Amino acid sequence: MNAPAKINFIQGLHQALDEAMGADENVIALGEDIGDEQGGGIFKITKGLSAKYGRNRVRSTPISEQAIIGAAVGAAITGMRPVAEIMLMNFVTVAMDQIVNHAAKLRFMSGGQTNVPLVIRTTTGAGVGFGGQHSDMLEAWFAHVPGLKVIMASNPADAKGLLASAIEDDDPVILIENIMAYGQTGPAPEAGYRVPLGKAAVAREGSDVTIVTYGRAVLDALAVAEVMAADGVSVEVIDLRTIAPFDEATVFASVAKTRRAVVLHEAVKAYGTGAEMSSRIHEELFDTLKAPVVRVGSSYSPVPFSPVLEKAWIYNQDQIKAAVGATIDRKARG
Amino acid sequence: MTDTGAAPDRETLLEIYRRTMLIHRTDERFRNLLTQGKLAIVYYPVRGQEVVSAAMMTALNQDDYLVTTYRGLHDQLAKGIPLNLLWAEFTGRATGTCKGKGGPMHITHPETGVMVTTGVVGSGLPIANGLALSSQNKGDGRVTVVCFGDGASNIGAFHEAMNMAQLWKLPVIFLCQNNKYGEHTAFAAHTDSESIVSRAAGYGMRGVQCDGNDPVSMYTAAKEAVDRARAGEGPTLIEAMTFRMLGHLFGADFSYVPKELTEAGIAGDPVPAFRERLIEMQVSEADLDAIVAKIEADIDAAVAYAFDSPFPETDELRIDVLAEEIAA
Ligand SMILES: Cc1ncc(C[n+]2csc(CCOP(=O)(O)OP(=O)(O)O)c2C)c(N)n1
Repeated sequence: MNAPAKINFIQGLHQALDEAMGADENVIALGEDIGDEQGGGIFKITKGLSAKYGRNRVRSTPISEQAIIGAAVGAAITGMRPVAEIMLMNFVTVAMDQIVNHAAKLRFMSGGQTNVPLVIRTTTGAGVGFGGQHSDMLEAWFAHVPGLKVIMASNPADAKGLLASAIEDDDPVILIENIMAYGQTGPAPEAGYRVPLGKAAVAREGSDVTIVTYGRAVLDALAVAEVMAADGVSVEVIDLRTIAPFDEATVFASVAKTRRAVVLHEAVKAYGTGAEMSSRIHEELFDTLKAPVVRVGSSYSPVPFSPVLEKAWIYNQDQIKAAVGATIDRKARG
Repeated sequence: MTDTGAAPDRETLLEIYRRTMLIHRTDERFRNLLTQGKLAIVYYPVRGQEVVSAAMMTALNQDDYLVTTYRGLHDQLAKGIPLNLLWAEFTGRATGTCKGKGGPMHITHPETGVMVTTGVVGSGLPIANGLALSSQNKGDGRVTVVCFGDGASNIGAFHEAMNMAQLWKLPVIFLCQNNKYGEHTAFAAHTDSESIVSRAAGYGMRGVQCDGNDPVSMYTAAKEAVDRARAGEGPTLIEAMTFRMLGHLFGADFSYVPKELTEAGIAGDPVPAFRERLIEMQVSEADLDAIVAKIEADIDAAVAYAFDSPFPETDELRIDVLAEEIAA
């Protein structure tokens, strides 16, 4: 009678938070406008939670990013499991001291006496028309800092499962959500669903080229793989799900099989996480590769406002196709 | 002033004195070893600020939380971190509080409530709010104290944290140790208001200025703030007036401090004044000397313990980065 239930990202994230708060009173949420009086968050992910769990556990905050993350760090080292929302990813710049100097390092600097089981949820993404200060993908910054985990989901079920795992994780985790993906629907996982941190997924199997990617770009990689299959090119797509720590085993196994790789992300290509992934693949599999790893990312400029420029800024499917093609043509050349 | 019942009794004063001398002699020993070249570390002296911490921490319980800074030796000792562990950490040994991985600027010792020591000016205040928030949610009755300098009060984090703490009535005490300098910059050159405490009003917060070199004034302010926080009456900003009697760092230039100020600082030295006060209260000199003799013996033992301890193994680089050991 009932079609299998579908959910979108917002519902997946909400469910993970609701289930975690229901299961453990140490789970608290902090962030701007997240209380029901303020509408339950700008994307409604926390809607209903302050009514259900009270204002001590769902704390709608002043506009004070340093104070939000600082409070989350302090609560976390006493054993609470705070989920702090930074309204948009560009505003983490305001809280970098707390994230980089404190959340990431307290476990190490204390010799393991304290740890920071904190989740920072934040959202971003080009295509909304927000312009330069609300759309950046800054994951490379955090992946570069030892002590932080960085995750990004490509579908609603993963969003739920990754957030649930992040809340239970004993280290600080940054979950990046893409505004442009919020409405995307997919199968609803059951209550208690988990996606393990640090493990990539093979989103599509293939034998000729591996595309290593994460987040919304997984959808573009899958679309390209579909088109190229018609041309007789078999593309494997790896959805990293966790950007740091990097799941070398899954990526290396795939590239060892296909012997060609493209790394794809929405962040600007220069100095991005793709450079790290490409380099690791080269270091490990240089003798196996049939062609150098090719990177696809966005333009090395701030995200522009004008819709034509914004569309031109972000990588596109033609570029992915060309990158895949380049790894194959090279083989043809010799 | 009305009698609030917060003034220290004789026994409490003696305990404050013991902690004052523990700080005073430990600081002195660090400086001696540095001068002799037996130790080579970056050291932030606490000379002149002994009473502020001794009195503040005496007003706390062992399980109350503390967040402090690079200049935190006095706070850490007063809060009760065992001397051996502290010396071992300051000298980078595997037996230190943090296995030698934190060092003087990053001391943590949860057993005595010392949760964070930070080298980033002003960044402790937002974290203290989180500790206090946890106590508020759990109803565990703990109070959090965060120490910082006058210079730190101009960092954005100070303002964000003060506003949030007052908004949420957190059981936190912001203890500004106003030693009149932020590194080489005098108070009047970094702040154009008369005091730090005057800022409390801007957040609707209770603010108290006290003489941080006077154990009675300091303890009374501390105890009142602790009692209020424990009773759910919210945060207090305490501005403890004191003086940093040495350079910002051990061995650093101190000539930028005007001569009159240094002279006044020396005249106001809290350590001999405290001893005189106790003698006036008929505490015997012999009892006071015995307190110091015990401290000296403990320091001797701690220095020996630290220097005899091994340095950490390099394997430690892969441990405590994340919960799981990371790859080499
Ligand atoms: C954010 C930041 N900026 C600058 C410094 C360098 N610095 C270390 S201590 C210090 C002076 C701080 O003065 P104050 O807060 O009054 O504390 P005090 O050293 O007097 O105890 C400065 C500028 C730092 N550690 N952190």
